[in-house]
Amino acid sequence: MIQTMLIMMGVGLFAGIAGAILGLGGGIIITPVLTLMMGLDIKYAIGASIIAVIATSSGSTIAYLRDDVLNLRVAMFLEIATTIGGISGALLTGVLDPKYLYLLFGALLVFSGWNMWRKLRRGQEVLSNVKPDPIATKLKLNGSYFDKNEFKQVDYQVEDVPQGFLVMLGAGLASGMLGIGSGAFKVTAMDTFMKMPLKPSSATSNLMMGVTAAASATVYFFNGSILPNIAVPLALGILVGAVIGSRVMQVLPARVIRIIFIPVILFIGLQMLYKGIIGG
Amino acid sequence: MDDQSHQNNSTHKEMVHIELIIGRILQIGVIVAAVVMLFGLILLLAHSGNGGYPVGHQPTTIGAIIAGTVALKPYAVMMVGMFCLIMTPVLRVVVSIYAFYKEHDTLYVWITSIVLVILCVSFVIGHTV
Repeated sequence: MIQTMLIMMGVGLFAGIAGAILGLGGGIIITPVLTLMMGLDIKYAIGASIIAVIATSSGSTIAYLRDDVLNLRVAMFLEIATTIGGISGALLTGVLDPKYLYLLFGALLVFSGWNMWRKLRRGQEVLSNVKPDPIATKLKLNGSYFDKNEFKQVDYQVEDVPQGFLVMLGAGLASGMLGIGSGAFKVTAMDTFMKMPLKPSSATSNLMMGVTAAASATVYFFNGSILPNIAVPLALGILVGAVIGSRVMQVLPARVIRIIFIPVILFIGLQMLYKGIIGG
Repeated sequence: MDDQSHQNNSTHKEMVHIELIIGRILQIGVIVAAVVMLFGLILLLAHSGNGGYPVGHQPTTIGAIIAGTVALKPYAVMMVGMFCLIMTPVLRVVVSIYAFYKEHDTLYVWITSIVLVILCVSFVIGHTV
């Protein structure tokens, strides 16, 4: 029993650090560990993953808010899209064939991975146009953060707000129906479509993830899918990991985060394409 | 241009203030959740792994969780801790509405309120579907 507890805390610590740095929920680490290594039923693994997402989100957001890395207005505005998407996803289960969602969003993530790789090669991390986007200006979305790696204040602009909103709507729908990829889509929408720098994108994704997960978490909580002896030590490990990760992320060069991010997002994308091809 | 940069600057200052308030409340929420979960875990260890319920079961109704917590059953206390954790993002949205209101940012009071309403709707849908 103590052994399981310690393993869960260790896995949580690692998933929390990685999740906070990349802006992902950590389901990609936790679900396989719980199902393949611990032999846990997928139902309980999903329940634990949901708790993991919230722990990563709340644990890392404390530092991201205090150090002003995330973009609260972008988060709030896009949360309208993810929550509406999430509800639609829940309602459309059984109506829409998940196969097409897997194909569509798998392709989107692979495209995003390729796009990130191009960004990496160009070495251009921050967008600064002469003419700011009118919608972003109206919604006061343009932001600024202090980069602890470059020791300077980075001002950035937000572009293509409607596109980002649409991707978020789809992302909410897909993660609501498929139960995966909530963080990967969020970072993609902000970094690839809205042209935000990677650090605020990851931090903002962390903030948003928790809200999207909270609604489904209560369902899992009351239907018994969240096992306390698994989820509690996992959550405690993640909270500590996320607090560490949210500090580490700020001092890492954005390039390094991108280099870690690209294979992860490609892996999730290819996995989704595979599921779509073999029929979910 | 000067006017715009001045406006950006004041928006940014206002934002930092809002973020500090929300961050502080979120921190309190997370600490409460962590302390309750840790307490439950220590109780579980003290009962040498017996959660206080039949193997493979945990309390899932509000009544059962409250009754179990009063009786200091490990699983019930752990469920309370996890429920606090699940509520932290919701708390964050609620505090955001207040913080935007304090800073007279009406547009974002609306946007954040819409998010809260949709969130409530999804709670209801989640429990009926």
